[in-house]
Amino acid sequence: MGMFLLRRFAVMLATALCLTFVVFALTNLAPNLEKVAKTQGNTRMSDPEVDSWLANRGYGRSLPVKYGEWLGVLPGYVIEQPDGTVRGRCFGQADARPPDAPARCGVLQGDWGTSTVFREPVGAIIATRLALTGKLMFWVMVLMVPAALTIGVLAGMREGSRTDRALSSVSILSTATPEYVSGVILITVFASSAVGLRWFKGTATSAMENATLENFLLPVVTIALFGMGYIARMTRASMAEVMQEQYIRTARLKGVRFRNVVLKHALRNALIAPFTVIMLQIPWLLNGVVIVETLFNYKGFGWTLVQAASNNDIELLLGVSVVSVVVVLLTQLISDVGYVRLNPRISVT
Amino acid sequence: MTDQEPPILEIEDLSISFFTRDREIPAVMDFSCRVLPGEAMGLVGESGCGKSTVALGVMRDLGRSGRITGGRIRFKGRDMADLNDRALRDLRGRDIAMIYQEPMASLNPAMRVGKQLTEVPVIHEGIAESEARTRALEVLADVQLPDPERILRAYPHQLSGGQQQRIVIAMALMANPSLLILDEPTTALDVTVEAAVVDLVKDLGRKYGTSMLFISHNLGLVLETCDRICVMYSGEAVETGDIGDVFDRMRHPYTQALFRSIPLPGADKHAKPLVAIPGNFPLPHERPPGCNFGPRCDYFEAGRCDARAIPMRPVAGDDRHRSRCLRFDDIDWSRMALGGVDATRTDPGEVILRVEDLQKHYEVGASALFRGGETRVVKANESLTFDAREAETLAIVGESGCGKSTFAKVLLGLETATGGEVILDNRPIGDTPIQRRETATIADVQMVFQNPFDTLNPSMTIGRQIMRALEIFKVGGSEAARRERMLDLLDLVKLPREFADRMPRQLSGGQKQRVGIARAFAGGARIVVADEPVSALDVSVQAAVADLLMEIQRTQKTTLLFISHDLSIVRYLSDRVLVMYLGHVVEIGDTSDVFSPPYHPYTEALLSAVPIADTRVTKKSIVLEGDVPSAMDPPPGCPFQTRCHWKSQVPGDLCETKVPEMVRFGPEGRHQIKCHLTRETLEAMEPVITLAAE
Amino acid sequence: MEPLSWTGILAPLVTALWIAAAAAAALAALRFAAGFVLAPAEGQANADGTLTASRGPLEWLEQAAFLALSAVAGVVLIFVLGGAALGLEAGLIGGIFRRLIPVWIALGITLAGSYLLRGRLGLYGKLFDSVIGTAGLVLVLFWVFAAVFGTFDLIVTHNPLGQSGAMKNEVPGTPYTRMIGETAEGAYPVYLLGGDNLGRDVFSRMIAGSWTVVQIAPLATAFAFMVGITLGLPAAYFGGRLDTVLTFLANLILAFPVILLFYLLVTPEIVATGIPTYMAAVMFLFPILFLTILLNARYHTRPALRLGLLAAVIGASGWLYLSLVSERLGAVHILPDWLDLFDVPGGILVVFVSVVFVNAPTVFRIVRGIALDIKTRDYVAAAQTRGEGPWYIMLWEILPNARGPLIVDFCLRVGYTTILLGTLGFFGLGLPPESPDWGSTINDGRKLLAIYPHPALAPALALLSLVLGLNLLADGLREESLRD
Repeated sequence: MGMFLLRRFAVMLATALCLTFVVFALTNLAPNLEKVAKTQGNTRMSDPEVDSWLANRGYGRSLPVKYGEWLGVLPGYVIEQPDGTVRGRCFGQADARPPDAPARCGVLQGDWGTSTVFREPVGAIIATRLALTGKLMFWVMVLMVPAALTIGVLAGMREGSRTDRALSSVSILSTATPEYVSGVILITVFASSAVGLRWFKGTATSAMENATLENFLLPVVTIALFGMGYIARMTRASMAEVMQEQYIRTARLKGVRFRNVVLKHALRNALIAPFTVIMLQIPWLLNGVVIVETLFNYKGFGWTLVQAASNNDIELLLGVSVVSVVVVLLTQLISDVGYVRLNPRISVT
Repeated sequence: MTDQEPPILEIEDLSISFFTRDREIPAVMDFSCRVLPGEAMGLVGESGCGKSTVALGVMRDLGRSGRITGGRIRFKGRDMADLNDRALRDLRGRDIAMIYQEPMASLNPAMRVGKQLTEVPVIHEGIAESEARTRALEVLADVQLPDPERILRAYPHQLSGGQQQRIVIAMALMANPSLLILDEPTTALDVTVEAAVVDLVKDLGRKYGTSMLFISHNLGLVLETCDRICVMYSGEAVETGDIGDVFDRMRHPYTQALFRSIPLPGADKHAKPLVAIPGNFPLPHERPPGCNFGPRCDYFEAGRCDARAIPMRPVAGDDRHRSRCLRFDDIDWSRMALGGVDATRTDPGEVILRVEDLQKHYEVGASALFRGGETRVVKANESLTFDAREAETLAIVGESGCGKSTFAKVLLGLETATGGEVILDNRPIGDTPIQRRETATIADVQMVFQNPFDTLNPSMTIGRQIMRALEIFKVGGSEAARRERMLDLLDLVKLPREFADRMPRQLSGGQKQRVGIARAFAGGARIVVADEPVSALDVSVQAAVADLLMEIQRTQKTTLLFISHDLSIVRYLSDRVLVMYLGHVVEIGDTSDVFSPPYHPYTEALLSAVPIADTRVTKKSIVLEGDVPSAMDPPPGCPFQTRCHWKSQVPGDLCETKVPEMVRFGPEGRHQIKCHLTRETLEAMEPVITLAAE
Repeated sequence: MEPLSWTGILAPLVTALWIAAAAAAALAALRFAAGFVLAPAEGQANADGTLTASRGPLEWLEQAAFLALSAVAGVVLIFVLGGAALGLEAGLIGGIFRRLIPVWIALGITLAGSYLLRGRLGLYGKLFDSVIGTAGLVLVLFWVFAAVFGTFDLIVTHNPLGQSGAMKNEVPGTPYTRMIGETAEGAYPVYLLGGDNLGRDVFSRMIAGSWTVVQIAPLATAFAFMVGITLGLPAAYFGGRLDTVLTFLANLILAFPVILLFYLLVTPEIVATGIPTYMAAVMFLFPILFLTILLNARYHTRPALRLGLLAAVIGASGWLYLSLVSERLGAVHILPDWLDLFDVPGGILVVFVSVVFVNAPTVFRIVRGIALDIKTRDYVAAAQTRGEGPWYIMLWEILPNARGPLIVDFCLRVGYTTILLGTLGFFGLGLPPESPDWGSTINDGRKLLAIYPHPALAPALALLSLVLGLNLLADGLREESLRD
């Protein structure tokens, strides 16, 4: 097991490095930097002015070097400014390099830079926003996973029955409803003055401090709906397949009652596939989070991503990317390990 | 066995149908049989004849689409139709237990063996887990599994196929049922393992006094295990009776035709070839009126046999012997002789293929999913040496994992040899992968595959597939010429020319196999490797396909390398036999020499293991212990030493330390045995199979 | 003037519809709940082999629910037929159904034709055996026809981009005025589904928006399949290092959160660097590569035929390729203008490329999985033993036998691509802001959602029904292909 974890970890690290490099490269493209210069400095700068503005702030050097600095494996730049002061990545603008300034300051050192939009350290922003999204995700999971598994198991245990057809239709409908559609429908029905059912609130801004059923249920349901159908269908397919297996017939012909055939013999085998799916679903949930947080104005991690991207806030966008990539990779790792744990046929020695 | 004892199981006029959206498909019609206490009833028939449906009908487990449409099943006098769900559950597992074909599939992969075993008495008798565990240990000892404690803690995938089947048997015996239904219980197992399992089932049946319903397509196996037999054809029982009566005084043309199409001792491809049953098995919704077997029957009488449904009639003079034939009193049953078609014998010609010290090792990662750690070496072939002549049939015999398929891959160029040489016409080809072989060499060495349902590309017409082979082998200058040649090939394998435009799914298994043969001979192959070409076919079709192969071989003077584990067909077809075990040739020689003493101990065990459907045969019983060792971790010394029961006759630790040399017998030393036993011991061996004089 | 009502003179039927619908829902729910308690009645077999279902309480419930459902369907049918006949007389519903008459005709002809010929249409014909599949097909065809006829100005009532100061956020059925107090002669009298925040007609925009989806989604999915197949087959067939590298790359892209990728790729700045054009240049090579290898593998044994085929295919597809890649004002300008067949706007191209980019790795994984399985079949071994090249085996022995699951996945994936396109529109990425596509329209409408839901609701329901149709179609296809 140790060896396996180590290898998966190595692959994960390589993936994370590749992905962050791609993000870094895409955010540091010339047109993006030009935009930064013009928004931060002066909108009417000429091209040479833009170039020198960028060069003075360390943007002028080659991509790998900048990436190394951002990562914290290369020492941060120190550039002498035209006005004689010194500007460094790790200490900002000063007359001379402060003696206590560290040589390297990047992600590895915990220095994630400063957001240009929020004027705050990126690390702090991400921490608070992530906590808010964590709250949202927790309730989504609490609602989605048991519902999806129940629907899937009930539908799959008697394939082709009416229960199956009814539940399968529900799950197909839910997979066909992306968050921005179900959100619109739910708000129209339950929160708009047009219909009159003003049971819930159409915005979740107040849920950031104080989540109640009234302000939090709609966003949670909106995310859960889309993911639920998919997991339910996977569970159903897996369950239906297991119920066809010879060993289920063996159990039935041993005289095991149907309920125990399902619970004791089928369930564990049938849940191996959905478990992987649930874990791999988390990156998709991230999509839903971005849409729902935008739609319901819930200022969490997804909302931050949109803000960072649309305002060309490079440092923040990089931070957000790192976190989301790491989240995705971690879920993949958990899914692999869980698969091995659940499936006795695969032994890792 | 008299009528005073009430039967355990009594089936009367049972009919079972499956309902699809379009139509009703009758699977079993008008089926009756009785199983008395302690009796073993064999249910024999080809695939699709409804024998497994009968078993599931008894268990009342026909799924959503299956229904009993007529008749009744009585178990110990109780009508099963009256049982509600709960009563049925109580019956299943406690009174009637069932064992199926695939042991691995029958065991829950995510549940420990112990739990699966103890579940049975816990459900039915409500006893404590610990008590059930003690019972499980006893039963495991009964099925002769070593180290029962460890096995109870194991998951099914940690056990070998033979062990798994023993677990399944143990599970069936946990509640000491009065009826055991076995549905092809040994089909997935190797011959020697099969023999051991069959022995075990027989002994346990006797010990526990269990009645058995034994379902099989193998007449020999039924002869060895059962007291009574019921032959089924296309949903109906056609003949039933005591095993001796049915085997020796059969009274139904289908039974007779079956016996004439399986290779029994005495059949000879030159003098007494098998007689295949003409035509095809009728589809369930296209059954003929009257006698189902009518269209394929030699004794068919129009206007009588196809007039109305035919009932079972008792055969006078025999006990409970019945037949579903109107004409059995008219037929002269003594005329049972095999066909005497004149087949000119072709003598083997020059040596065209020589294999010298061929060695093939594979490196495999510890596991595909988690690469890393050290790679392990599979020693699939170790020092194979033999040669093959033109127009000769050389059978390669061995159980799964013996390396026969690997050898085929090396010969065909799909793999290259690790050591040694394969020489075709004095040209070495062992190191030449297929991409670097000349077209002529590729066309010379071709293959016929085992599984007819897998051998043809499902999305290409038959004609297109054969023509593609012609294109690749550069036969024929134009599209028209190739089409002509393709039609000739269809003639050669006796398929109608219209089949050229059919898709593979429109063909039966035997027809597909014929297409596979046509494709192999497209480039005028001189060596054809036939990997179990008939083992997946039904008995009645096997003979026809085997004879076709022989006939083409005779006319084309092809060298046939016939890979098989079925010694009956090997004896019938081949000129010479090569026995393989764990990558070694352990015995090679002319067919008659290999089938009579002296034997290699492994050949001896193999011969003893093969069930023969002939009441005149007596066999020496040799049951091998354990399973074939893994080729990844072969035993040191003689490969067979872990299972050999002659080992005590060899002094010292010779068997464990040294691979034996070939001992040569006969003129020119044509019969060779790789064994440490002395020549005298080998020569003093007794024959395994003896045929009682008539 | 008062807005038109929804049902006009057919209003009395509404009550009937509600009663029937409520009854159907209640009975269906009851039947569903009862299913857990009561056992279905056993079928009784007759002597002649037929089966009589005996009636238990469950069966009666079922029958009642079915009747109620039929009543609902009947009333709906009256709405449709009456609406189509009466037009605005029958309210807005009537007006909408009447506008859609070309769609109904095309739908009727297609379905009737396919149904009559279903015996000869293979898997597509068998689709009509499954209720689910037929329902999906109807939904999908509806939107395809609506989109196509929409481009011919047959269905839309007003210019989808035309604004009217008087119609801002007006509810469905509001009579159309160009300016306040000014009626427009000859124009369609009402906004059927109301006006949006700029006073544009929601109905017309919904129909016009379907064209974007119907155009891009299948095409982008097809390209993703080309890329996925061309890379997935060799990865599975050869295995080894190639497989490791390709699988790593696929996982790399899959580990990217889709939205982040879109935000990074689909921006005007990225378009300015020309990266999407270069990516397109690479991706659009795959179909040519695919066709060339496909034909070459099959016909290399017949050199004359091969030469002709390949010359024709490479010539034609090459021209298309160069036209697509080369742009008058874009980053790549190879082809002289008189040879350049068409230009794709940068915004559309970047959307297209990123959607292909997101989908291709998943297709790659699916193809690889199926190919790994088929690779072990005997007919593949048979092809190897007669010395076929690897590409022939992959494309002619493996791929045709993988088509079942791939067709099913194609349908699902078109639905998923539709969702992705909607997501892009929802975030205002790629497509121009005034574009009538559904995602952008939902994005426009969401700001005032709580007060004026109709501008966002119409495209949302449209998207839902199309994706639902595709999912149902995929499910029907899967079910029917498994039945063999």
